[in-house]
Amino acid sequence: MEEKKGEVVLFGTWASTFCTRVELALKLKGIPYEYVEEDLTKKSELFLSLNPVHKKVPVLVHNGKSIAESLIILEYIEECWNTTPKLLPEDPYQRAKVRFWTNYYDQKIMARLLPIIVSRGEEREKAIKEFNELLKAFEEGINKDFPEEFPFFERKTLGYLDIVVGTTLCNYEAFHEVVAVVFSPEKNPVIMGWVKALKNHPLMKEMLPPHDKLVDKMREKYLGQYP
Amino acid sequence: MASSATVTANQLIIMAELKLFRTWSSPFPLRVVWALDFKGIQYDTIFEDLSNKSSLLLQYNPIYKKVPVLVHNGKPLLESLVILEYIDETWKQTPLLPEDPYERATARFWAKFGDDKVLPSIWNVFIKQGKDQEEAIVTAQENLGFVERQLTGKKFFNGETIGFVDLAFGWLAKLLSLWEEVCGVTLIDHEKFPLLSEWIQNFADAPIIKESWPPRDKLITKYQALLEVYTSKEAPK
Repeated sequence: MEEKKGEVVLFGTWASTFCTRVELALKLKGIPYEYVEEDLTKKSELFLSLNPVHKKVPVLVHNGKSIAESLIILEYIEECWNTTPKLLPEDPYQRAKVRFWTNYYDQKIMARLLPIIVSRGEEREKAIKEFNELLKAFEEGINKDFPEEFPFFERKTLGYLDIVVGTTLCNYEAFHEVVAVVFSPEKNPVIMGWVKALKNHPLMKEMLPPHDKLVDKMREKYLGQYP
Repeated sequence: MASSATVTANQLIIMAELKLFRTWSSPFPLRVVWALDFKGIQYDTIFEDLSNKSSLLLQYNPIYKKVPVLVHNGKPLLESLVILEYIDETWKQTPLLPEDPYERATARFWAKFGDDKVLPSIWNVFIKQGKDQEEAIVTAQENLGFVERQLTGKKFFNGETIGFVDLAFGWLAKLLSLWEEVCGVTLIDHEKFPLLSEWIQNFADAPIIKESWPPRDKLITKYQALLEVYTSKEAPK
């Protein structure tokens, strides 16, 4: 009988960028895992028992113990499999900077996507403007705090911020097609350069959902339109 | 006249200084105070008036313009929980987070839950009225139920000693009873939340924590004034 300890299982949904983050990290570190696609309209008893507080994906189960929240899972993977490539910097101050900007990205920038999706006309223009301002602040902050990290394509391996930012922003074409154009090479040259380089990374290419499939999913989810 | 050697030495001292920007009442910088005090680390405190922010604060935290900011060797650190992790990684004595990766993930999860869900839901109880407040109470107590269960078989969230999650929930030990008094609602009673009630007592009275609380009467005045602002906004039509 195969020993279940040491087994890694990821509960996720294919369209969730938070789940892609975890898959990227596992693949980067060469950690074998089983993937379970969870139907969020019909959550299984097992799934609910693994994340009773939030009832959301992703959930990582390792040695029978479950961990929820994508960023917490990423740090867990980093600490548990203390191998190269390292996702986070070694220096505590650099780590603090990475954590700060990741929180900013998730709590400020990502949070502005829904207002864009649900609004129309002038309200949407306003929401896009706010999103763009936050993105600009992020751009300037990252450039200032990690001067050696950019441009990305000069480095060989994906890091924590690349994973967090890349999994959403690399899907920008689908979002632009279904919802609205929210950033551009003119307005956000640094981010665009970063995203374009990330999209060319072989692992990103492998893990990002196919464009057409994502467009259909976004139409269904955001516009209630079905293919 | 200072020699060039003295000037360099002074510069080194300034660079090596640890400075904490805080306000007299905000609970988030208090987490940093506790972490530093628990580890026996020396630091300077700069009290900010958020209605009149110093240029230094704006320079160190241009994004949020908030406290806490911890400046170490001239380099600013922002966000209380991020600062706590930095402190734990830089000064290894009296560790705040456990060593085991799974336990660390669990601690981070509950600290995040506290900030993302528990605190906003309790704040909602404080500022809302009528039916909105009733609904807010249900949500807050649901959240508190999850937190209560985390204390099963433990004195503190960290076990026998105070740790990361205890510091993250520290505001609960002082501000909750205060807010309950000001708005006249009891959220945590000993029967429904026996473990949390005991934790509140143990935490609030612990050495270092005990000495750090801002003056209660001043806090009451502050929150009474805040509640009046919210109540006047929601005056019945």
